Amino acid sequence: MKKIVWGVMAGVSIACSSFSMSSLAQDFSGERIEWLVPFKEGGGTDTWARFFLPKVSESLPGAPTVVIKNVPGGGSINGANQFEARAKTDGTNVFGSTASTLFYYLLGDKRARYEPKDWQAVFATPTGGVMYVDPKLGINSPKDLAAAKDVEFIFPSLGPTSLDLVPLLAMDMLGMKVRPVFGMDRSAGRLAFERGEVNIDYQTSAPFIQKVMPLVDEGTAKPLLSWGVLDDDGNIVRDPSFPELPTFVETYEAIHGEKPSGQAFEVWKTFFIAGFAAQKIMFLPKEASSDTLQTYRNTMADVVKQPGFKEQASKAIGDYDQIVGKNVDAAVRMIFSLSAEDKKWIQQWLTERYNVKF
Amino acid sequence: MIDIFTNALMTVLSMEHLLFLCIGVFLGLAIGIFPGLGGIAGLSLLLPFIYGMDVTSALAMLIGLVAVIPTSDTFTSVLMGIPGSSGSQATVLDGFPLAKKGEAARALSAAFSASLFGGLFGAVVLTAFVIIARPVILAFGSAELFMLTLLGLSMVGGLAGNSLIKGLSACCLGLLLGTVGGAPATGEFRLYFDIEYLMDGIPLVVVGLGIFALPEIVDLLRQKRAIAEASNLGGGWIAGVKDLIKHKWLAFRCAFIGCIVGALPGLGGSVVDWISYGHAVQTSKDKSQFGKGDIRGVIAPESSNNAKEGGALIPTILFGIPGSGGMAVFLGGMILIGLEPGPSMVSSNIDVTYTIIWSLALANVLGAGACLLISKFVARLTTIRYAILAPFMITVICFAAFQATRDLSDLTALLAIGVLGVFLKRFGWPRPAFLIGYVLASGMENYLYQAVQFDGWGFLLKPGVLIIAFIIVLSLVFTVKQLKQGTSDIPKDVAFTVNILPQALFFLFTFCTALYGIYDAMQVSNLARIFPLGISIVLLVLVALMIFNLWRYGTKSAVNFDTESGDLNREAWYVYLLWIAAVIGGCYLVGYSISILVFFALFLRLKANLAQWKAWGTGVLSVLMINTLAYVMVLDLPSGWLQSWLSLPWPFA
Repeated sequence: MKKIVWGVMAGVSIACSSFSMSSLAQDFSGERIEWLVPFKEGGGTDTWARFFLPKVSESLPGAPTVVIKNVPGGGSINGANQFEARAKTDGTNVFGSTASTLFYYLLGDKRARYEPKDWQAVFATPTGGVMYVDPKLGINSPKDLAAAKDVEFIFPSLGPTSLDLVPLLAMDMLGMKVRPVFGMDRSAGRLAFERGEVNIDYQTSAPFIQKVMPLVDEGTAKPLLSWGVLDDDGNIVRDPSFPELPTFVETYEAIHGEKPSGQAFEVWKTFFIAGFAAQKIMFLPKEASSDTLQTYRNTMADVVKQPGFKEQASKAIGDYDQIVGKNVDAAVRMIFSLSAEDKKWIQQWLTERYNVKF
Repeated sequence: MIDIFTNALMTVLSMEHLLFLCIGVFLGLAIGIFPGLGGIAGLSLLLPFIYGMDVTSALAMLIGLVAVIPTSDTFTSVLMGIPGSSGSQATVLDGFPLAKKGEAARALSAAFSASLFGGLFGAVVLTAFVIIARPVILAFGSAELFMLTLLGLSMVGGLAGNSLIKGLSACCLGLLLGTVGGAPATGEFRLYFDIEYLMDGIPLVVVGLGIFALPEIVDLLRQKRAIAEASNLGGGWIAGVKDLIKHKWLAFRCAFIGCIVGALPGLGGSVVDWISYGHAVQTSKDKSQFGKGDIRGVIAPESSNNAKEGGALIPTILFGIPGSGGMAVFLGGMILIGLEPGPSMVSSNIDVTYTIIWSLALANVLGAGACLLISKFVARLTTIRYAILAPFMITVICFAAFQATRDLSDLTALLAIGVLGVFLKRFGWPRPAFLIGYVLASGMENYLYQAVQFDGWGFLLKPGVLIIAFIIVLSLVFTVKQLKQGTSDIPKDVAFTVNILPQALFFLFTFCTALYGIYDAMQVSNLARIFPLGISIVLLVLVALMIFNLWRYGTKSAVNFDTESGDLNREAWYVYLLWIAAVIGGCYLVGYSISILVFFALFLRLKANLAQWKAWGTGVLSVLMINTLAYVMVLDLPSGWLQSWLSLPWPFA
């Protein structure tokens, strides 16, 4: 009896797998596509994916059902590990990564058993970031910042290996005296700023515009600099959302009298791209065929061209152009070009400053 | 102002709005009844549909869902002793004993009318509060939040039951468990035994299910009975409503607590029901029945946890900071439909805010009303022979635990915590005290560290801190006074035993745990060390005292307590734990579906003596049902070693 059952099961499973073989064609009709989001429902990455969900579903050939699968844990490590180990390669499994997914990988966290370097990027969503201070400090320009050598900046941070690595390293390079207070995510940090518990904070673009601009208008927050955005040649230029703010690079120049260069800046730039310039990336697994990748890339190129897309996007996920088509390759290449020495340098920096063990 | 009110009211009562609100409510009830999902999964299920809907209808549907999350999970809390979500853990304490007494219908209707009241009261308070909420929320910084966690901890004395020293020890044990994982200040990992799963800490859902639900299941199975002792279900739902009216002031106070604590971002909804439960115990003269089926123990948490959702709305819409898990998804939904949270919600968009608040109230009425109506029928579940119900419960609990991080380790953790729960129960260590410690641990350490970073130890002199400190002192004085008076009134549970070896071993185990806690704390840097080190030392001292007492006085010792004494009419304590362990082991081996199917068939055949075909039939139906649910909700079921090298068809994949 048992043998028969197994036989039937095996037969069914062979039938199933041959069925999925035939669906390798570009048409996804009748399929269900799972978009793995490595966070709980309701977070930034989840909201980002859900914003694109109906559009992707409509625009993929065959209009398949697309669903979000939330796999939280380990600050996105769990979901990424699961995707690496189990993702189907026929285009029915995609992954939505965020800064921390790539940071853990770049920093060589031993829990990260995934190789995003091998995954195939479909498109990326950039964001910017703005650093602002308590106006009582009287710092209004990069010059003031250079003069404020003895000011202690109390900075709310989730942790040194989170997205906050970018501002922490930046502040270090600017020669600022920083006392980070860890265990606070960006919303908690903003609240602490409003309470006057901290005197410096940064937000990514959308929350900055929605929640900090009112504070700027009433004079309780003073924006200092934006991280900037990448232009087509890979240079950091002023953020179109905040054209009046100097970039980090300009600020550095004003303080040190020369453009930033060298290892620290190279490392900073890599993490800036992974954390901001290409913050959220949709990936297909390594083994997905080039046809599948092309289908997805074409779909996304169509999605961003839809009438009204820009307006909706600016409200929900920020006012930047999505990185679609071949451009995403360039961004991803820059992220994964972090050399072994650079990796060692940043690990050492984290261990010396923040006692992070690798 | 008046026209804003009328505008908002007109919107709330418009036909379309009502219709979508109802859809949300009923979807929420249907999903929320399943423990572990807690409605959040339902919300995310809804999100794809709301896109493209007009703002009002989409909001209505979202609110309908959010509002009934803390309502529908009451069913499993009361009827089965399974805390449906973190907000209903305290309800289990007295709700389930009431069901065991055959008063499930009364408990449910008291719970639902309390929910209804809490929701309505919350809406009234919020209508006024929302205008002044911003400065109030800003007044609660890290220092004040730390003091609030201390206030929560001061409730332990009231929840300790018979033995204060055991209450404190259980609380320390909970606090210590809460420090597992990354330290908030430095990110260093503590007490993780090189296991990746433990680096994130053990999820609250798993701890709640393990510490409350598993020991109850094991106990009921051993006693071979139905949940309800009485065959006559007794006082129906009118009795429950009368109970609420009788204890209206308690409900008032708890709804108020729920509203305020819910509105403070950072504490999390899981603390609210414990604070109100603790408050109910503290302010009651006769507390002998708490934990054994006191209706006040149901009314207090239920009236506060619905008011809490209203409170949690405030930081969500004013600051974009979700006050609870449900609110996080609600926030995502708001952003998707183009509503920006922020100060504008109390200025230019105030009508939307009022629409939200009142819709929440209306959804509460609809949801609680519907639950009230069906509670009488659902209560009959408690008369079914438990051996038949148990496989369902274990299936559901495993499913719920697995949803915490979707890792098989969730199930192992569930079993480990469950075994701990069995021993805590057996040796009279109060489990609520354990859970309160666990719930508060991370917030307490984090806020203390932040407060010291911000203000130095001078934070202790901030006015807000002093006010809360005063309340804590009042609460402690109250408890001590009552403990002194109470000692003679409370009939001590007679569970003395001649064989003190098992408890001596358990003491030794906790002693070693504390020792290891100290050792582990020495491995990390200063900032990550202080908190676990302090707790471990306190635990060590408390347990050492108990060990000394037991050694000195033997069976006459005041700490001697073991429910395994006498009464030989039960199966051995480990029998059903082995069953559960086998199910979980099976999940590792052949995956959830096959493991559950075999478990159903064998258990129903051997333990419930059902006919072979009935046993297998029930198993097949259950597996199909849960797999369909998982598919529709895009949830994974655990797959095992077998699935890793053999691709099986649905539902076994």
